[in-house]
Formats: sequence, C-alpha cells, structure tokens
Amino acid sequence: MISLNVNGETRTADVPADMPLLWVLRDVLALTGTKFGCGIAQCGACTVQIDGLAVRSCLLPVGNVGDRKITTIEGVGATPAGAKVQKAWLDLEVIQCGYCQSGQIMSASALLATKPKPDDADIDAAMAGNICRCGTYVRIREAIKKAAEAA
Amino acid sequence: MKPETFAGGDAASATESPSSSRRTFLKASVAAGGALLLGFRLKPTSAADAAPGAFAPDAFIRIAADGSVTMIMPQVEMGQGTYTAIPMILAEELDAAWASVRLEHAPPNDALYGNPTFKEQMTGNSNSIRAFWMPLRKAGAGARAMLVGAAAKRWKVDAATCTTADGVVTHTASGRTLAYGDLIADAAKIEPPKDPPVKSPADFKLIGKPLKRLDTPDKTDGKVIYGIDAMPEGVKFATLRACPVFGGKVAKVDDTKAKAMPGVRQIVVLEDLVAVVGDHMWAAKQGLDALDVTWDFGANANVDSEQIWKQLRDGSAKEGLVAKAEGDAAKGLAEGEKLDADYEMPFLAHATMEPLNCTAHVKPDSCEVWVGSQVLARAHRAAAHACGLPPEKVTIHNHLIGGGFGRRLETDYVDKAVRIAAKVDGPVKVVYTREEDIRQDIYRPVYRDVMSATLKDGRINGWRHRVCGSSVIARFLPGLFKLTKEIDIDTVDSAVDEPYDIPNLRVEFQRVEPPVPTGFWRGVGPNNNVWAIESFIDELAKKAGKDPVEFRRAHLGKNPRLLAAVNLAAEKSGWGSALPERCGRGICAQPSFASFIATVVEVEVRDDGSIKLRRVVSAVDTGIAVNPDIVKAQLQGGLIFGLSAALWGDITIEKGRVQQGNFNDYRVLRIDEVPDIEVHVIASGEAPGGIGETGTTAGPPALGNAIFAATGVRLRRLPIDRTLIARKPS
Repeated sequence: MISLNVNGETRTADVPADMPLLWVLRDVLALTGTKFGCGIAQCGACTVQIDGLAVRSCLLPVGNVGDRKITTIEGVGATPAGAKVQKAWLDLEVIQCGYCQSGQIMSASALLATKPKPDDADIDAAMAGNICRCGTYVRIREAIKKAAEAA
Repeated sequence: MKPETFAGGDAASATESPSSSRRTFLKASVAAGGALLLGFRLKPTSAADAAPGAFAPDAFIRIAADGSVTMIMPQVEMGQGTYTAIPMILAEELDAAWASVRLEHAPPNDALYGNPTFKEQMTGNSNSIRAFWMPLRKAGAGARAMLVGAAAKRWKVDAATCTTADGVVTHTASGRTLAYGDLIADAAKIEPPKDPPVKSPADFKLIGKPLKRLDTPDKTDGKVIYGIDAMPEGVKFATLRACPVFGGKVAKVDDTKAKAMPGVRQIVVLEDLVAVVGDHMWAAKQGLDALDVTWDFGANANVDSEQIWKQLRDGSAKEGLVAKAEGDAAKGLAEGEKLDADYEMPFLAHATMEPLNCTAHVKPDSCEVWVGSQVLARAHRAAAHACGLPPEKVTIHNHLIGGGFGRRLETDYVDKAVRIAAKVDGPVKVVYTREEDIRQDIYRPVYRDVMSATLKDGRINGWRHRVCGSSVIARFLPGLFKLTKEIDIDTVDSAVDEPYDIPNLRVEFQRVEPPVPTGFWRGVGPNNNVWAIESFIDELAKKAGKDPVEFRRAHLGKNPRLLAAVNLAAEKSGWGSALPERCGRGICAQPSFASFIATVVEVEVRDDGSIKLRRVVSAVDTGIAVNPDIVKAQLQGGLIFGLSAALWGDITIEKGRVQQGNFNDYRVLRIDEVPDIEVHVIASGEAPGGIGETGTTAGPPALGNAIFAATGVRLRRLPIDRTLIARKPS
C-alpha cells in the first residue's frame, strides 16, 4: 500500500511502486483532471506539481514520490499562483478543446510560483514541454503575463 | 457564467425514423418534466431528397418553470466554440437571459439533430454555424413568438404590442411583465408560427459580441469530463494493439507472460487485434507489451511510401474527370508564356491531444457506451453493429472532445472498443496508447496537384488544375459521391472555387487510392487546393515580374471580399517594408469554407535551413462573426495547426507500417516556436462563413511563399525540406 499526499489529503493506493503516478491518479484515485497524452514525457498533458515543481506524471514511478506534496489540477486553484493562472486563462479565453490545459495550467502556475515576473524566454523554457494541438500558445503567453501582473 | 451541467447524452437510445415529409412546421409540447419543448423541422433541399434521414425534426430548446433555458447541442464541442456560438444564436432570437442558459449534449439521433448540410449528425467541414445559422434563428424566433402569444392571450392584448428581453415578455403600454418560465404551459398551446420573422442584425444583442465561452470554466480545474474520463461503476481498463500492417490479422498469440503480470485480468484476442484488460491502464499496457503476437500481415506487408508516391505521380499524368470548365482551357494554355508546376502533400496523422478511447459495457441484452464522437448517430450504429444488438438496446453518451480535427468523424475506435467489451464481463475503458493512436489513424491523404497556366500581357490566360489523391467522400458519403458522378467535391473544393479572374480554366479530379486508410483532416480538401493555387500564383507573379500582392490584386476583380482581406493583411503586415537578410514575407489568399481570408507569414531562414517564424498576420471576412473572439482563436489555432504540418508533419510507410509513433517523431509546433499571430476580423453583414479550418489551409502556402521571399528557393513539397534552403557554401 502506497500513501500519497494529494492536494493536501492523504490518499492510499494498492499499486506497484513502478506504476507511473499518472495512472494512480486517474485510474485508482479517480482524479481524472490530470491527462494522458503521450506516455513518454513529450507532451506535458500529465503535468502535476511535486512540492511546487512541474513534473510529468506519466514517467514518474509512484514509489519515488514519497511524502512530497502532489498538487493536481483539481487542487491547484488553492495556491495563489494557480488561482491567478486559472483566472487569466478564463479572462483571455485561452482554452479551446481544453485537453492539454490541465498540464498547461500546472506548468504555468509552477513557473509563476518560482518566477513571479517571467519574461518570454522564461515562458518558453517553462512551457515548451506542453503541447497544445488546438494552437492556444499565443494566448497562453499573454495569459501568463496577465497572471503575473495580477496582484 | 458556467453551464450547470452537460447532462445530455444520457440514456437516449434513439431510433432514427427519417421522415420523407416535406412539410415545414413547428411543434411544441410540454415534455415529461414539465418543460416546454420547442422543436422544428428542417425544410429539405432538393439535393437532400436522395439522402435518408434528411427531413428530420430537431429539438433544441427546453424552458423550465424556473426560467432556465436548456439548449440541446446538435453539434459537438471539440474546442471550436460551437457550445458558445450555437447558444448565442438561439438565445439571440429567443431573447433568453444569457445567464439562464444550460447546455446538454444531443443524444444520437440523425432525425432530430442531423446537420442540415449532411442530413446526419456530423460536426465537420467548418459548417456548424453555416448550416445551423438560419434553422437555429428560426427555432429561437418561433419559440419567442409562442411565448409572446401566450402572454398576449393572458393579458388579452395584441401580441404586436409586447416586447421581449432577457427571458421576460413585457406589455409596453401597461408595463406588465411575465417571465418565460411562467408561460411554458400556455405557450405549448399556441400554434407554432410557420415562418417566424428573425431579427434584423441591427437589433442583435448577443451575436457579434465576444461573450465568454460556456465550456471553458470546467476546463480550468479538472471538472470537465471527456470520453477518456468516463468512470462507470466497476470499470476495468484496456489497451489494444491492432496489426501494424493495414488489413493484417492475428495469427497466433502467446499470452503466458502477459497473464502473469500483476493487475492483468484478461487477454482479448480478436481477428484483427489483441487487447489486455487490467485493473488500470498501467497493468493493461504492461500486459500488452508482454504479449507475444504473431501477425499475418496480409497483402500490404510490402507497401512503402516510395510506391505510393509513384502510384500518385503516375496517376496524375493521366487526364482526370472534369470538375469545372470555363472558357477554352486548351486554347488558353496554348497562348502566352507557360508555367507548369506540381505540388505535393504527405499523409498526416491527427494526433488529437486526447488519445482515441471508448468505454463500453456489453451485456447479453444491452450495451452502454461512453465516447466523444463527431458523428454520434454513426457511433451509435457502429456500437450496435459491433455487439450485434439492435440500436434501441444500445445507449451512447457523448462527451466533450479533446481534439477532433476529423479523427472522431470515424467510428473504427468505437467498433474496436465494443468488440473488446463484448468479451469482458463488466464495463471496460479502452484507451489507445499514443503509438497506437498514430499508427492506427485514418490519415489525411497524400495529394499531388498538377498546375499549368499561361500568362498573356502579365495576366493569367489559361489555367489547368489537376487534383490527384484519394477520395474520402467515396467511402464516407458514397451516396453523395455517386450523385456528383465520382468527382470528390471536397478534394476539389477550393480548386473549383479559386478566387481569381481567369478566362480559360479547367479543374480535374484524378482519383488514386493508396493502400492506406484515408479520412478527413482539419482543412480537408481546401488544404491541397490552396497549397497548390497560392504557391503557383506566387510563381506566376514572379514570372510576370510582379509583386505577389499586386499580382493577386490585379486578378481579384470578381472577388471584392477577398480583395479587401488582401489589402488589410498587406497593410497590417507592413508588406513591402524592408526586412533583414534571409527574412521574407509570404501571402496566401483564399475564399475557402465561405470565409475570405488573407494571411501574411514572415520568416527567417537560418543558414542551416532551420526556420524561425517571426510573425503572422491574418485578415478575415467571415460574414457575421457570431463571436469574434472565438473567430480569432480559431484562426490563431488553425494557422498553428497548418504551420505545424508544413514544418514537420509527415507520416511515412515502410513494410506496410507507419513509421512514426509519438510526438518525438511526429513533431508539432511548441510555444517557443510560435510567434505573435494577429487576426483582424473585417466587419460584415453577410451570412456567417466557416472558420475552424481555414487557418490550417492558409498556413502552408503563406509559409512556402515566405521561404521563397527569404531564400529564392521554391518549395513544392511538404513538409519543408530544410536541406533545400540551407545556405550553400559560397
């Protein structure tokens, strides 16, 4: 039995230690907001935060998480950066199909939590791992800047 | 505001009984829940008479006693904004309070929710708003008229003395008011108007405003439920592998190792695929990797890209069926300076962010399916066929879609999932790995467009456009294909609708079917036509010694809307102003999907041939832009989709297998490669055009023309070959 701290709650799962966190969240804990996109850390749809840092959960063995804090899209609104990012995403209507946006929001809020005033290069570095097939990139960039301006 | 729920999709096991009636009427009834249900029947067009399910009644509006207005969405939401634009149109004519609007997915029912163009439930070809524009306005206006009629009757006044706004009827003279929710029982007794008048655009309160989308709040916090998130009680998880060679079969399976994997519950072996069922996707995937499958590869085991291109090039040497002829093309092509050029496009995968998936629970006497589909009634039929039950025993729940781009116009994944589920006790969620999603796609066809033209006194005199590729329509809408005498009207769509003044013109279609499944892909037929036309126009401008924008302007006499877009795009992009070395601008102008769009792409080609996108500017006249912010978003996204394909997209075949499998080898643009994309929406009073795909169509030729401007190298084949544009050592 593996014990996890997910969005501030203790959750347990009877799963193998090498099972990627993504599938524990989605298929065992029924936290389906975190998405499967590629399975090889190429697309970023599965991004969660581990102690505030953006991590691709599709390749992270659940046994390696330990007692570090996992934040998912379901919980990120409780963080100051997450709430600002969610609001900016809606204010600028970033989202189209939305499937990649959990990961985008997790990466963007992790960026803002560590770098409150990111420039374009910071945004590129933090967000280039998150693919969006609808092509919302222009608005993602604007929304991160808008979220950064929010008090 | 937030839509309360996406409640629909629930439990509608529809029977489709296409009516052959040609009557047009409105009907109303108080439905079981006490809500006023307003529906309408679409007036058939003559072309529709041949198609079944053509003259179907629809039912989009349900007003409850509490005043909430539930709108049942005939078209599916896959990011394009239709779950905002359709409610805006209905609410506009109904004069509903926008905050009272709730949404439901439509159940599978071609008769009730068929797309007026295709006569079946189908979200594609950028036509949701085009097809439903007037039917939805009439539905809203008819409902409003009945509510007004009910209020007028109660007050014993002339209905013409009443007004409506925000879900309330007002008798202007007395100041009396009644909310819609208080009128539902009486309104159901009012004779539905046969042809209710619609508003003048000058009176629009919602249409034309950048209202907030209804689907996006739940997409910021993980609440949204796509098909892949369906979690019926007791669900198991499965992943599959079909024969990697198209048409191949399973010969033999050794499942000893797979069965021993922890969490693996069942191995399913079907004629054409294997699947592993487990406690979670991880177990299923581990199990699948441990399966030892021997395949019978069948007839396509030696197919490769080189053969396919030879087949296409040989085919394109032959004369095709004539799709359009004006003037005397043979004579026109014999006079003046001649130019010939061939343009090619590769197979492409859809690579929707949400990998293909479908959840199903097959019982002896019923079947329940959870899926995201662009063709829900087709998916319903596919599920019924796959489990061998009559359609009325099959319930299907539609979902918001994590990217369609045409992939979810197909039902192969529903068929496979239901066949797997038929072997499993209890519900099973079948999720494709990304590799399976890409290798079992139904691909954008390879195309070769063969162009010839002559110039006389600097103007185009003769023109021949031979479009060569497979016909998706022949498989997808065989009735239509027959009706159009085996000319694929999608594949030649923008070739037939070319916008320029050309006195002698001929468009041909030459069908060539490679042994690879082909389907619709964002931008559909116009992609190949516009890539060829807009590259070729640039080549002709060069031959004529004219600036590309000037040359287009001189040939756009019959097309003032496109000319205006060209002028605006040129102005906003700074066309003609100086750029640094190895930088260039390229333009693309096209009237595809009934939207008139001009796009300028600005690039830098580095010495190693790599490409930096510097800036993109688009100007569009899409008629009345129902929601101009969504129009902008669709163009931004569509352009990125098309530019991704032009820069990277390439599905190649070797030994009958697709060689790509994931985002590492099927590259798409990332944020650090995408420049600012400016979209200018031109005010227009014309009927709305399509907008979801036209940006995709515009990207590749504008890019190719920009690369030519930067390097002097003309590229006629996609994706862009960097070695051709690297700086040659001097």
